[in-house]
Parts: sequence; C-alpha cells; structure tokens
Amino acid sequence: MASVRQRWLDAPAAAARAALDAVDWPMRALQRAIGVPRIAWLFVGPNLLILGLFTFLPIAVDFHFAFTSGVELYPWRRPYTGAENLATLFECGNFLDPSTCRKDLFWRSVYNTALFAAVQVGLMIVFALVTALVLNRRFRGRGFFRGVFFYPVLLSPVVVALIWKWMLQREGVLNAVLVGAGASPVGWLSDATWAFFWCVFVSIWAHMGFYTLILLAGLQAIPADLYEAAEMDGTSPWRRFSRITLPLLMPSLIVVFVLGLIRAVQVFDEVFVLTGGGPGSATTFIVQFIYQTAFAEAIHQYGLAAAASLVLALSLFALTLVQLRLTRRDSGVRGRGDA
Amino acid sequence: MSTMVRRLSLCATILSFTCGAVVAGEIRVECYSDGNECEVTQEFAKRFEAQNPDVKVAIDKVPYKAILEQLPVQLAAGEGPDIARVTDLGGLSKYYLDITPYVKDPKYWEANFGRTLAWMRSTPADKGIYGMMTQLTVTGPYVNKTLFEQAAIALPGPQATWDQWADATRKVAKATQVPFAMAWDRSGHRFAGAAISMGAKYFDSAGNLTVDDGYKAMAKKFYDWNRDGTMPKEVWGGVGGATYRDAFEEFANGRVVLYLSGSWQIRRMDTQIGKNFDWVAIPNPCGTATCTGIPGGAAFVALKRTKNPKDVGRFLDYLASEPVYAEYMARTENIPAHAGVAKKGVDYKLSPPAKAAINTFVAEVPKLSPVAYRIQGYRLNRAIFNPTAARLGQAIAGEMSLDDALKRIASDADEQVKAAAK
Repeated sequence: MASVRQRWLDAPAAAARAALDAVDWPMRALQRAIGVPRIAWLFVGPNLLILGLFTFLPIAVDFHFAFTSGVELYPWRRPYTGAENLATLFECGNFLDPSTCRKDLFWRSVYNTALFAAVQVGLMIVFALVTALVLNRRFRGRGFFRGVFFYPVLLSPVVVALIWKWMLQREGVLNAVLVGAGASPVGWLSDATWAFFWCVFVSIWAHMGFYTLILLAGLQAIPADLYEAAEMDGTSPWRRFSRITLPLLMPSLIVVFVLGLIRAVQVFDEVFVLTGGGPGSATTFIVQFIYQTAFAEAIHQYGLAAAASLVLALSLFALTLVQLRLTRRDSGVRGRGDA
Repeated sequence: MSTMVRRLSLCATILSFTCGAVVAGEIRVECYSDGNECEVTQEFAKRFEAQNPDVKVAIDKVPYKAILEQLPVQLAAGEGPDIARVTDLGGLSKYYLDITPYVKDPKYWEANFGRTLAWMRSTPADKGIYGMMTQLTVTGPYVNKTLFEQAAIALPGPQATWDQWADATRKVAKATQVPFAMAWDRSGHRFAGAAISMGAKYFDSAGNLTVDDGYKAMAKKFYDWNRDGTMPKEVWGGVGGATYRDAFEEFANGRVVLYLSGSWQIRRMDTQIGKNFDWVAIPNPCGTATCTGIPGGAAFVALKRTKNPKDVGRFLDYLASEPVYAEYMARTENIPAHAGVAKKGVDYKLSPPAKAAINTFVAEVPKLSPVAYRIQGYRLNRAIFNPTAARLGQAIAGEMSLDDALKRIASDADEQVKAAAK
C-alpha cells in the first residue's frame, strides 16, 4: 500500500525527468550545431520578439505618426511634415492661459493632469501611510481589514467608475440621502470643482490598497528591536515615527511616490467613465485628449494625437529617471551606512 | 516519414478547401440598434439564406460607439465587416463599395431611394449606389402632456416659436414643480435643426462651413436657457468633448417638460414610459427664419474591403425590395426612406400615442428646410456638429464665454476640414 502511495508521490518528478530526457538530445544537437554562446539567444529570442513587436514597434510607429500628417492609417501613406504637429500643440500666446493656445484642450488637459497628479499622489501617500501604520498594529480582525483595503484594487476601473457614478449622479444614492435629510441635491458630477474632487477621491479609493501593501511590507521590514530600544529610552511615539519609521520607510515611500505619479499622469479609464472629461473640460486629462484627437473627432488626427503621446512619453521618461536617481541615491546612502 | 508528410499535406489541402468553401459565401454585417433593427435584420438574413443557400449572413450586433469610433479605424486599416449600419453617411464614403453592378435593377434603387442615395456619395458627380437607408429620421420635440394638463396650461400651437415653447414649458415646470422646462440631446445634429430655424445656413457663399448670425442667435438662446435653469446644465455641460448624451432619462423620469430628440426615440418612449404619463411629439418649433428639424438616419452600406461583393449586393438588394422593406419599417417602427413604401404607407403595429408621434414626424418631412438636407448630406458635417457639442458644453459649464465658444467652433470646424483634405 505504502509503495503505491510512494509511486504516486514520485510520479510528477518522474514525468519531469522524462520530459527533460526527451528534450535533452535535441538541445545537445542544437548546441553542437550553433555553439554554446548562441544558445542564449534561443532563450531570449521569443521574449525579444514579443517585446519588439508589442513595445518597440509601436513606439517607432508613434514616432513616425508624430512627424507625419493626414488621415491615413498606413505609415507609408502618410506625408512627412516634420515637427508641424508638435508646433501646433505648442502654439500658444501665453502658456499659462490655455485659451490663448491653438490647441487649448491640450493645455487644459496638461494643467488638469498636473493638478490631479499633485493632489491625488500627495493625498494618496498620506492616506496609504496612515492606513499601513494602522494595519501594521496588532488588533482583532487585522486580516479582514487588510483585505477590505486591498479589495478595490481587484476591481476593474470601469466597474469602479460605474459604481461611483451610480452613487454620484443627480438621482444617485448620495443625493437621495441629502434630499431625505431635507437638503437640496448637489451636482456632484456637473459642478467642475466637485467633479474634480470626486475624480481624485475615486482614484485614491481604487488604488490606495496597492500602495498601502507596499508600505506595509516596508514597515514590516523595519527591525522591531529598534522600537524596543527607543521605548526603553522613553522616546515619544512621534519621535519614534519621525526618527525610525519615516527614514527607514523612505525607500518604499519613494517607490510609492514614483509609481503613483506615473499612474496619475496616465489616468484615463475611471475618469472617462465617471465624468466623460466634463463638466466642460474640467476633468479632461492628457490621455483622454489623445484618445479624442485620434478616435473620437470627426476627422481622426492620428499625427496630432501621436505628438501629444510623445510629450506624455517624455514626461513619463523624466519621471522614471527621477525614480532611478532617487532609488540609486537611497541605496548608495544605505550602502555607505552598512559599510 | 514521407508517408506522414504526404498525409499531413493531404489534410492541409482538405482543410484549406473546406475553410475556403465556408468563407466564400459568408458576409458579415456590423449592426447597431436604436430599437430592434439588428434583431429584425437577423430574421431577414435567415429568410435570405433560405432563398440563397450559397450565402451565409452573420449579424454582429455592436454598440453605437463602436460604429462611431472603432469602425472608421478598422476601415482605414483595410479591415472590418462587409456591410455596416452607419450614421456618418458621408464621412465614411471613401470606404463604400458601389453595388450598382450587383443589384437587379439600379433604376429601382434610383426611383425609390434617390433622395438619400446622395448622402452616401463622396461628390455630387458620383452616381454610385452604396447602400440603403434603414430608417429616415427627423429631429423634433416630445412633450409631457400630463404636466401641461396638471398645470392647466394649453399646448402652444403648431406655429409656436422656440421662445413661446420656452415660456410655456417654464410655466408648466413652475406650476408642477418639475426641475427643468426643456432638455435637448447633447448633439450638434440636434442643435442644427433649431439653428436652421433661426436662419443658420451652415455654409458661406464659397461653400465653406460657417458660424453665421442664425447659428449665433440660436446658440445665444440655448446658452441662456442652460444658464438660467430652463435646461439641466448636466446634459450639455456635464460631460466633456463631443460625447453624445441623450436626455431621454430626464424626460422619462418626468424631470423635464419638453425634450428635443427625434423620431428614433418613439419605440423607447412607447416601451419605457408606457402609461406613466401622456406624451406627444410636436411639430418643430419655429425660429425667425423657418420651422424645421433636420433629417438623418442610419444606412446599411456595402464596404469595399469585402471579398464577396456579389453576395453583398444580393443581400442589400433583398433588403431593399419593397415587401421586405415595408415589413422592416413596420417592425422597426421607423420612417421609410423608400419612396414607394412611404407613398403606400406603413402598417405600424403601434400604441395610439406612438402612432400619433410617428405621424407627426412623417408630417415634418416635407417641411424640412433645404439647408437641413444640405448639411445632413455634407460629407464632413461632423466637423461642425462635434465642436458644437464640445464648445457649447464648455461655455455652459462656465469654462469660456459664449463668444469664445463660437470662435472656437468656427476654428475647430475649419481645422477639421483642412485636416480631412491632407
């Protein structure tokens, strides 16, 4: 009986061995044929192909579209126009006043995106940090609350936006509560300030769980003996937080900051479903501008949209460089300290 | 080894022949529904297949947004269906297939669809047959009659102006404590009918798109109505860009007294409002120039990329045949674009209010202004319709002044037309 059980237990390993034996001789033959150094290319080849096809080729096509014009989709049919599309985007009387710009909606979307990124990322870091600090303490139902805060991350952005739209529209749940309490309904999504506020709020609600998780992992990596030593010295909770927690959490905070910032600059789906970019253009962000210019206008201006996406890509590239610099500097400091 | 290779080759050959046989007679129709158009088309496709066993018709039902935004990209890439139900009739004309050689009698098409065939042609000199209107629509208002009765206010007469309707609906809204007097679909097309009534010509003497005094006069009224609370700001001011948004829910929920939309809403009115309140379609209110709505509609168009042009022509010819078309109109409750069917009349199986509404819209057809036909038939009409929704929306939301919005509409339209010419 025991031997039958053992055979069952050994079966997967045996199958794996058989599979390895089966590929052994063709791989050896291939090695002999092309040489050992070139065999590495065989393994990275598929990945390179996929990366090239779905990442580098679209980037190259985007560059080509940005410097060509017309309504044709095939790159070889598009006439080269140099930097005309970029010049159109940057034709402005006063860059601080979008209404003086030829593509005023582009600049409105740029400013909206900048404001959104600043407010959303700032608030999200604060909320994620507070939540992580609370969830890092021992209390009853901690696992449940960790799940609750992470749950929105699992939802599709469209579902998130539809749920909130249902609550915030004029006949929505929130206004029903207000009216029930004797107050007047509020145009949560038709007033520019409120609509912007709800875009920030919904975005924080939907993504905070992910960043909380990163910070929680960072908090759990801080050695407990540091806190014990500080407690024995009679250090106040605020001092423990500012002198131990915050400095040691800084690498995680930088990751959260940069990832959050990149994500905020790319915001589109939730806001598009929630407000459609309105009222007016109060919640039109840069990705929506690109989408509208390329696909929703009467004439699809792919070149202009590609030029705008190039500007977006360059800003994201700059943000990534900042992240690399900050993380490198951070690891350098720690390295010296450790030494 | 060689036996295995031979067997594999044989299998591949058989497979390729089998696949080829299936693809040869298959046509795909990309369809969106205002009501039940795709379902009815599906039934006709089955009947057609029974009469033509060599052809298979697949109906792909898609949302309207896919027709507006995804289909043009598919077509530009040389992909897409064989037939599509579209509303941007002129804008996609360069992708259409001329089915004249594949229809039994081109003269029949000319005689019965002549009025609307031009909407699908790219130039006035073009005489091709590219498709068939599955509905002729007319824009026009619906009124909540129950609210008028509750307020004990008489409905303004058939020659009443937009100002008179605004006054009357405001009084009704006040008396019945309904939040808004009027709401219009967020669409440059809907705005166009009212603007033409105020004298908008849409084209200057050189044939270029223009924002003239008539357009500006209607824009001013519309802007004021949105700002003073006659209309709900969230319909036009609540969303961004040229996003289409209808105000049907506001009307169906009894939140507005008058709703400007069009004949395609009759089925929705009938099924969703039912007996909640009495509703009526009214003739288009007058402006200082005329009293008109704007025609429109959707058409099944043949697409150049098809590999089965003959079958595409046969299927459209079948749908355009008089008995089929008459049944199609009766079951989809649409206004016919087929002169013969229109002349004989359609036996609609509708409730009394829906029947009254369709009669009102049919009566509007001969009153439509030639300007309305011209802008509807213009290939790049969305170049002005889209900025109308986007820029007036911004002005209503308080983001820019009305004057700035009007300047932007003119410059956006100009830019779009130039971009199309590149």
